[in-house]
Amino acid sequence: MNNIVISVNGLKKRYDEVQAIADMTFNLYRGELFGFLGPNGAGKTTTINILTGLARPDAGTIRIEGIDCIAKPRAAQDLIGVVPDESNLYPELTGYDNLCFCATLYGISKKERIKRANSLLKSFRLLDAAHRKFGTYSKGMKRKLTIAAGIIHQPQILFLDEPTTGIDVASARQIRQLIADLHDQGTTIFLTTHYIEEAERLCDRIAFIVNGRIVRTDTVENLIQPLQDKRIMHFSFKGNITLYPDILQNDFPDLKFTLLNKEKLRVESTQPIKVGKLIRYLEEQELEITEAKKTQPSLEDIFVKITGIEADIIRKEKLRGN
Amino acid sequence: MKQWIAFWNIIVKDMKTYYLKPPNISWGLIFPLAWTAMFFIRSGSGLEDLQSILPGVIAVSILFGTTSMLAVTVTFEKKNRSFERLLLAPIPLELLMIAKTGGAILFGVANAFVPVLIAAFLTNLTRVNWYIFLPTVFLISFASTFLGFFIAVAVSEVFEAQTFSNFFRFPMIFLCGLFFPIANLPIFLRPLSYLLPLTYGADLLHKTIHGDHYISCVLNLIILSGFCFFLFIASLHNIKKRWIL
Repeated sequence: MNNIVISVNGLKKRYDEVQAIADMTFNLYRGELFGFLGPNGAGKTTTINILTGLARPDAGTIRIEGIDCIAKPRAAQDLIGVVPDESNLYPELTGYDNLCFCATLYGISKKERIKRANSLLKSFRLLDAAHRKFGTYSKGMKRKLTIAAGIIHQPQILFLDEPTTGIDVASARQIRQLIADLHDQGTTIFLTTHYIEEAERLCDRIAFIVNGRIVRTDTVENLIQPLQDKRIMHFSFKGNITLYPDILQNDFPDLKFTLLNKEKLRVESTQPIKVGKLIRYLEEQELEITEAKKTQPSLEDIFVKITGIEADIIRKEKLRGN
Repeated sequence: MKQWIAFWNIIVKDMKTYYLKPPNISWGLIFPLAWTAMFFIRSGSGLEDLQSILPGVIAVSILFGTTSMLAVTVTFEKKNRSFERLLLAPIPLELLMIAKTGGAILFGVANAFVPVLIAAFLTNLTRVNWYIFLPTVFLISFASTFLGFFIAVAVSEVFEAQTFSNFFRFPMIFLCGLFFPIANLPIFLRPLSYLLPLTYGADLLHKTIHGDHYISCVLNLIILSGFCFFLFIASLHNIKKRWIL
């Protein structure tokens, strides 16, 4: 298909005892924003490193715009832009000089690189800091300049590795808007993240990756569809409720009970949940409810269901990231 | 053309960012000059002996100037990940590495001319064969840079690169015939001298400055070029093997 920009087939990579990537196959289509969603250590960065030529796979094929990247690892470098998970610009150069230097690596003429650097600094709201050393920038500013450096040569395909991890909320929002704008302009984007809401908000298609394996790939709409008709409630308790889901399941066979942690319970049904009856029952069991809330089915529910990774782990990772 | 824009700008960036900074000038120039002064005073000879010491000073200036820089331009950039930015650029790895070492080579050549300029005021340099001297200085600079490059690629930390460099640099001062002939060395050390690139560079410098030499000029040039080629290829191999995992 001409529409396929990146084609990955049977990709494998092992580091000593760790199988970082286990038989991965996927395609990226022209102009799409493809999300790679998984917890830390799932193999997201390894995949990007292999696709961009910074690592070698043990097996498999990679084609970027038809170029065999295993046989010619550097042949597709002109087409791609890479924004790594940690800023890799020069701390001793100013923001402006960093952008101009990155432009020279792609053979861009002096006149053009000055124009592009100024334009990017303006759109990334970094003009005031343009002539300050990169080493003095805040985390958010560093990340924005690293993205600007990744797109200064106007690549057809952009790899973004955890672009909003570890930065403040305002900068993260701004970066998400910049990614959406790049997507609107037609750039094909490969985005790795462990923020489910980010993937849900930005991506056309999402691949769930766990332990170096893609467990599901689909559009956000298709992923959420099976849960659209479901009613979901979350209950929080004071004290341990580990023994109760089985008891509740017997007494309320129409509902589905899932223990989220020892103090949290998830209730799911295809019919409206009779909250009063359920709360009375729980109180009769001498359980102290601290919170009960209705929730909309989200990509997080799908992720938990498909990958089997506890929602708590995802939340902890989010907190760590922020 | 695109690749040459990248090539030139990598050299210019490294020169501005690293080479023309005071610590490099002190390490590259003051240290070899102090070393030479020590020899000069110890020997008790006058200015007439300056020509016999000059080849050693030039060689040490190049050696220390170049090898100390690669730990920064390569190992440090690898450590802070800015080297990845270069690996992602659409430039052949060989050209990229020549660009990364180009600044050090030029810095080494510039270092070589500092003692020459000082000597020009103190002694007669009209006998120097500049047609051999210039390519010799360039070749020593190439060989020293690629030795530093080989070391920089083989380690992960800047301090490791500096320590490992000293492991080569200091023995080379004594073993390569810079300040006293290899023939004066104990017989068991002499084979070691011929395994070091600076031996051939120093022999050429002695020949061009005051005429004494042991090996033919052509053979010296061929062996020195061979060292450059081997060290560069070995470094590229190490980068591919150790850094592109």
